[in-house]
Amino acid sequence: MPHLGRKIGRFLLLTPLGISSILTVSVSLALILVLSFQRTDQTALFTEFSWAAYQDNILHPLFWRVLARSLTISALVTIVTVVLAYPVAYVVSFRAGRYKHALLVIVSAPFFTSYLLRIFGWKIILGFNGVLNSALLGLGLIHEPLPFLVYNPAAVIIALSHAYLAFAILPIYVSLDRVERALLEAASDLGARPAKVFFKIVLPLSAPGVISAAVLIFVPTVGDYITPTLVGGPDGSMVANLIQSAFGKANDWPAGSALSMATILAVGVPLLIAFSIGHRRATAAS
Amino acid sequence: MSTTSVLTDIPARPLTLKRAVRSAKRQWLWFYTLLFAVLLYLPSVFILIFSFNSGIHIAFPLKDWTFDWYRQMAQDDALLDAALNSLKVATAASLCSTAIGTLGAFALVRYRWPGGQAITGLSMLPLLMPSIIMGIALLVLLRAAGLDNSLVAITFGHVVFCTPLALSIMMSRFVTLDRSLEEAAMDLGANEVRTFLKITLPLSSAAIFASIILCFTTSIDEFVIAFFLSGTDVTLPLYIWGQLRFPSHLPEILALGSCMLLGSLCLVFLSEALRRRGAKTQEG
Repeated sequence: MPHLGRKIGRFLLLTPLGISSILTVSVSLALILVLSFQRTDQTALFTEFSWAAYQDNILHPLFWRVLARSLTISALVTIVTVVLAYPVAYVVSFRAGRYKHALLVIVSAPFFTSYLLRIFGWKIILGFNGVLNSALLGLGLIHEPLPFLVYNPAAVIIALSHAYLAFAILPIYVSLDRVERALLEAASDLGARPAKVFFKIVLPLSAPGVISAAVLIFVPTVGDYITPTLVGGPDGSMVANLIQSAFGKANDWPAGSALSMATILAVGVPLLIAFSIGHRRATAAS
Repeated sequence: MSTTSVLTDIPARPLTLKRAVRSAKRQWLWFYTLLFAVLLYLPSVFILIFSFNSGIHIAFPLKDWTFDWYRQMAQDDALLDAALNSLKVATAASLCSTAIGTLGAFALVRYRWPGGQAITGLSMLPLLMPSIIMGIALLVLLRAAGLDNSLVAITFGHVVFCTPLALSIMMSRFVTLDRSLEEAAMDLGANEVRTFLKITLPLSSAAIFASIILCFTTSIDEFVIAFFLSGTDVTLPLYIWGQLRFPSHLPEILALGSCMLLGSLCLVFLSEALRRRGAKTQEG
């Protein structure tokens, strides 16, 4: 039966992907779900059922404070990044002409360099003895270094926004490039001014790119560990710091798992709502 | 346009004014783009500048120019070990995830599967989760399986993390690939495997290279998953992380960062050149 053999062959193509992505991820997520309901024991992973990890950590006001801060920081970073990146994506798609790809390479090249060092670069710039302070001192604009530039939520927002700019440019550029140019001509032939053409046609049609850029920035930044650790200070710590210290210093894995599950819910529920609204709109439009 | 004939009779002034306003608007967008690019490169530029500064403190004014930090870097065995580990992990992870992604993408694009969209969506899950959660989830999986942290564990984690990247690049390539070429091969008697090896893969070589390069750069830069899965052997980002605490080691790290900057710029330009060649062969 050659037909059956072919079917098995096709199935074998998909098997590695099934194992490396779907099976591994779902099993490991199921494991942290189970682990979050275990009694803490430094010597064994799975012991007995307990609510303690949730009671001690999730009901603790510290978690809510840090989670609210993480979500706020990520939301601000998402907005800042999308707003700053949109005009550049517009220039690449509408104005750059034959320099399009050159410009894309120029704006995306820094993002292939070390993430760690990019964030650390901001510590060099904003630090107490940093570039900005020493330049201001040298120019005689200030007489003492400004201590408030680094180790606060604002520094986290600046460094994260900078680090994720390319993630915003690419999806917005792709959706702008798909905008039918004939529509723009039609609108201006019918007398619409450039601003009106932009707000009535270009902006709405690029919404899918803006949304996917927002998702691509919001999700990883909520759980970012490097940035709050390097430039956040105590007031700029985020959920990843709580999770890391539960798995590290505190050695309380059920607590860390419970924190992770709560973070997944806090990020996943708004995402699912956004997706289902988008899906409903897409099906309503078609 | 009907108004042009009227306008040509009027002296050129109002038109040029209008043009000037319009070009000023265009210039404004270009000016913004320039400012944006400068800001993008700013932290990297300071890393580059201070890697040549002989003073240990990272502050203006600069002292003398020096190559000492680069010399020191080249003699630092721990750093070179970490770099070698990173190269091994990134090479293995990028090849594995590109192979997995290529096969999976081909199966998903060419054949119908019950719940095919769900399979694609679930495969993208590692990209839709904060990497710290991927890190601890894989750590728990490793422990539950009774395994210890090691470079192999990091490689495994990076394969899981990079496969969705490879999958999305390869899926978009196979969607645009002209099916009639494959059908022609099969009409001429080649079976599916031979068609895949002789037609599909060679036609997708640019995408395969792009996928390998993207997965390689992602893996070599990945910190959080490696942080949770590392044993005694560290990768380059972990080594850098460890050194950031010691101010006296900083200039050497900045020299390393400048080298990495140069290396990744080369990779980006290489992949752009490959893309151009790929685009040319597709046209011609």
